[in-house]
Amino acid sequence: MNRRMKKLVSLMISLAALAGTLPAQAQLRLTISSGVTDPIPIAVVPFARAVPADGGVDVASIIQKDLESTGRFKGMDRRDMINTPTTFAAVDAASWKQMRNDYVVVGRVTSLPDGRVKVEADLVNALTGVHMDSPNSTAQPDNLRMAAHRVADALHQKMLGVPGAFATKIAYISVDGRPPNQKYELYVADSDGASRKRIGSSNLPLMSPAWSPNGEWLAYVSFERRTSAVFVQEVRTGRKILVSARAGINGAPTYSRDGKKLALTLSGSNGNLDLYLLDLGSQQLTRLTDDPGIDTEASFDDKGNVYFTSDRSGSPQIYRLTPGSADRPKRVTFTGSYNARPRISPDGKQLAMLTLADGAYRIAIQDLASNNLTVLSKGRQEESPSFAPNGAMLIFAGRERGQGVLQTVSTDGLTTGRLDADAGEVREPIWGPYLP
Amino acid sequence: MKKSVAFTLLVASLALLAGCPSKPKTQPDQQQTPTTSSNTSGLDTSPVTSDETAIQGPSGELLSQRIVYFDFDRAEIRADSQSVVTAHAAFLSKNAGVKVRLEGHADERGSREYNIGLGERRAQALRRALLLQGVAEAQLSTVSYGEERPASAGSDEQAYSQNRRVEIVYLK
Repeated sequence: MNRRMKKLVSLMISLAALAGTLPAQAQLRLTISSGVTDPIPIAVVPFARAVPADGGVDVASIIQKDLESTGRFKGMDRRDMINTPTTFAAVDAASWKQMRNDYVVVGRVTSLPDGRVKVEADLVNALTGVHMDSPNSTAQPDNLRMAAHRVADALHQKMLGVPGAFATKIAYISVDGRPPNQKYELYVADSDGASRKRIGSSNLPLMSPAWSPNGEWLAYVSFERRTSAVFVQEVRTGRKILVSARAGINGAPTYSRDGKKLALTLSGSNGNLDLYLLDLGSQQLTRLTDDPGIDTEASFDDKGNVYFTSDRSGSPQIYRLTPGSADRPKRVTFTGSYNARPRISPDGKQLAMLTLADGAYRIAIQDLASNNLTVLSKGRQEESPSFAPNGAMLIFAGRERGQGVLQTVSTDGLTTGRLDADAGEVREPIWGPYLP
Repeated sequence: MKKSVAFTLLVASLALLAGCPSKPKTQPDQQQTPTTSSNTSGLDTSPVTSDETAIQGPSGELLSQRIVYFDFDRAEIRADSQSVVTAHAAFLSKNAGVKVRLEGHADERGSREYNIGLGERRAQALRRALLLQGVAEAQLSTVSYGEERPASAGSDEQAYSQNRRVEIVYLK
């Protein structure tokens, strides 16, 4: 076994140990499928602990794993570390440089008088000895992992110029059992797969989850009433509200970027799918499209425009409209015969979608300035792309050995990763916003 | 039952709003009766019934066939299904009190919400065929499950052809 393999195995073991603290059902395991050819070498030295307030959480390991999960960093094996400083003053940069590190991260977890715990880190350039940054984050002890993720986000930003997307949650649908007797569940987990929580369960389909911009609510479609209905549910309390159970289809909910409106697909009893905008405060419903084709899968950009899938031209393609404008929707995709499920990057500059390329359904990204389309994934049947809040990664659903798995790809296509469930099929992942 | 009380309230609130041509009152507390609508430009907002349960239904060589299959990306009823459709149409027009739910499905390829649309298109194609053959509108309802409830697991044409379907479900 080479060192890299060993590290991967030890990573899996540490994740398995972590999984032991959770209920004994399907867990998610994060693995890196492929990274950049020349990842940045970094030493994340074990942090000074706050016993017992830290509950045994290994903050340095969480940070190292976060950075490695991007495929752009290679963490030094702890067992090769000669000493383990926890403050900048104690770091001998030259010795870390000699062990081929570009960066060193040291840090401390401390208990505060009010019962919270604080994570403090120091980022040192091993080549120059310069102290580059000292991010910190405070949390309740049971939320120490999130504080570690926030510090990792800041370290990522300092080294690569973009923040990490670690202090975030994902939601996804899990399906168990063989057709026609399947069980559908809606889950929320940390971006690394930890702290999984089931927030919904039904013997009839659950689908199309969507985060509210503040990360406190999920909108989704449930067939629990035998026909489709859109619900919103508060993640923390589980409080669930029916927002649309009109005749025909109630589908594809998406929050506007201010969180005040929900775009929906409704069909009425005549079965013509069009887009509507539901104001969550006033309950007023506004029609956005009126076309005999299928119009669905709305996604807002940063300026309030709505991108959506429509087969008005004969095959599904992506269109853009501006609510309130009299202009006809404009077609945006022209490459290939099938483009669907648009999602717009946080900065509004890129469009991610599902595209049919070389006979396979894959995840693609289109630059909205140049309209160049790039296929990012390599599977046969992939779907549901969702941007990380830093705009640098996408999570999507793929298939392996006939089973649905969650995958990630960087928007430059250079790195890929996987979140594997050990039982059941997982699909429709959506990446939530940064958590406060 | 608690659920049916909530549902009755929902129906009542919809009925109230349906009779109200102007904008509904603003409800700052969105937790209460969120299912309301206005300015729907022609969208049928009649409440859906969800308490109908499936029953055995009629028997007979053609009537016991309850599944109509479709070609890839198509929503036209194939020639080999016409006799089954005609048999159900004849039975339903003779038995005006009998109701069916037409459940549309798609195979797993492509986008899930778009496939909900495809399943609906198939259910609507069957609905129109039954209406043309004398079935009353009130006897028919549709639902699309898209690719969410496959009849057959598997990712090959064999499974796909089983999954592109509309199921005719007789209701109590």
